[in-house]
Amino acid sequence: MTSTMVVAAAQISPRLGDLNANLEIYREHLRAARAGGVDLLVFPELSLTGYFLKDMVSTVALRLDSPEINELRALSRGTAFVAGLVEETPDFRFYNSAVYFEEGEIRHVHRKVYLPTYGLFDEGRYFARGDCIRSFESKFGRLALLICEDLWHPSTVYISALDHAVIIICPSTSPLRGITDGAVQDDNARYWEALNRTYAQMFSLFVVYANRVGFEDGVGFWGGSEIIDPSGQTLAKGRYYEPDLVTAELNFKRARQRRVVAPMLRDEDLDLTINELLRIRGRTPEGAATAPAKRSAPIATKSQRRVAGRRAAK
Amino acid sequence: MTAVIEARSQRPTAPPPIPTNPPLLRRILTAFIRDEVRKVGIDRVVVGLSGGVDSSVSALLAAEALGPDNVLGIKMPYKLSSAESLAHADAVAAVGGFQLMQVDITPQIDAYFERFSDADNMRRGNKMARERMTILYDHSARWKALVLGTSNKTELLLGYGTLHGDMASALNPIGDLYKTQVWTLGAEIGVPRAIVEKKPSADLWVGQTDEAELGFSYREVDALLYVMVDLRYSRDELLAAGFTESFVKRVSDMVRNSQFKRRLPVIAKISNRTIDRDFRYARDWGR
Repeated sequence: MTSTMVVAAAQISPRLGDLNANLEIYREHLRAARAGGVDLLVFPELSLTGYFLKDMVSTVALRLDSPEINELRALSRGTAFVAGLVEETPDFRFYNSAVYFEEGEIRHVHRKVYLPTYGLFDEGRYFARGDCIRSFESKFGRLALLICEDLWHPSTVYISALDHAVIIICPSTSPLRGITDGAVQDDNARYWEALNRTYAQMFSLFVVYANRVGFEDGVGFWGGSEIIDPSGQTLAKGRYYEPDLVTAELNFKRARQRRVVAPMLRDEDLDLTINELLRIRGRTPEGAATAPAKRSAPIATKSQRRVAGRRAAK
Repeated sequence: MTAVIEARSQRPTAPPPIPTNPPLLRRILTAFIRDEVRKVGIDRVVVGLSGGVDSSVSALLAAEALGPDNVLGIKMPYKLSSAESLAHADAVAAVGGFQLMQVDITPQIDAYFERFSDADNMRRGNKMARERMTILYDHSARWKALVLGTSNKTELLLGYGTLHGDMASALNPIGDLYKTQVWTLGAEIGVPRAIVEKKPSADLWVGQTDEAELGFSYREVDALLYVMVDLRYSRDELLAAGFTESFVKRVSDMVRNSQFKRRLPVIAKISNRTIDRDFRYARDWGR
């Protein structure tokens, strides 16, 4: 693990359904990133394909052994990066995936777990749902990848933090909507900005949020990519509604300082959480047709173990 | 003309106001025009200028987004159109610095209605709106430009427009803005005050105004539509917010009965992939 690293968010405007055009955008940005000393470049969600794909999902999907992905592997020598794409599995499922490339290899794939299917979103219609959240080792330290809507479920960040991630990387394709008098950005941008800072502070980790810009069928994406440090301070902020490259140096001492001063993450009682969640899951909702999930034996919580330990000592 | 109906009951608890934020709308909508026009491989737009606030706002946004040289305004008066409307269109073109041409539609309209002289005002108004549409599309082909829309959210929701007429366009920057939002945006981007402040009119016959024809004001109906459509108030919540039952019913009926104007024609489903049913692609497919 290094003590500092330079991370950047590529705030681009991909072409909808045009893999070749978007691959060229990736190549250009990776060339520039390497020349600019960027260690890790984060591309937005589905930025290799565009967002409102609808019936194009299967046409632009890539298998991880495809020539396009092999080219991306090669491009990751020197500069690690996160790509956003439609992943096709050998059994022909299609996932909204973020892929972490480092030194010529795929080190991690995150398949979006929470597929928004309401309002202007229709992801559940077109994508298979991811079913795991894992932090992973990189040459920079332990990272977690979560895609856009995943972040609106606090359990995803909670799991990632307890799985020892020091940086949350969030590729996003967030549509602008809602206006308020006097604000310089739309309402959705403001909600996200509050969310990113809250997570950074609450879990004492870095948040790298890469959002796209441009329009698809009149729906605009607000950009405003940002890199937040573990105290909630903004290290770098992208322009709203226009392409940008958002770069910051992360110093891991900042995470250490925060975790020394505010060691809440250390004190988090995982067993208590697990027990309570098992209890909640086991409860049959009134009128529910399904049988209750099987109960697992509760696990002794930290405080119970401490009490038990004291009793044993007496 | 429809009788003016009471819009609000006696004990109003004010509904939330419609947000405006003209500087932000200006930034987003100019970016929208640049993006959606240029990705088609085109640099220009044509826009019909009526002298009213809607087409003025659309045209000035386009001039700012694409540069005035890439905007062509077209005045398409009929012999009954007011001189003031034409003067207002001239004023907007002067503010935006874009070129403006005039195509008088009187000869073709009069020639047509000589054969169908029994036609009422609605038929005549629709015919004129569709005549203007064909002229805009012809000049869009001549000039390699897209037709810029000028319908606002209020009239789109109420169906207060002509299908395949003034509702037709390639892209519309103001279609998600209520009339009252268009007014504040107009003031922000330099639409002359006389245009923002005059009574809205389709200018189809002498002395016509939208609000007299509709039977309520834009401020009243926007206040209702905003909470009904954007905030999804239930009927009971609308009444509690002080809107009268008759006003809510009248406006709800207008929205529902004009749904056909906001959709493609109904297609009889035969195959496994029917256009817009299970053949689903974005309009910006590959762009």
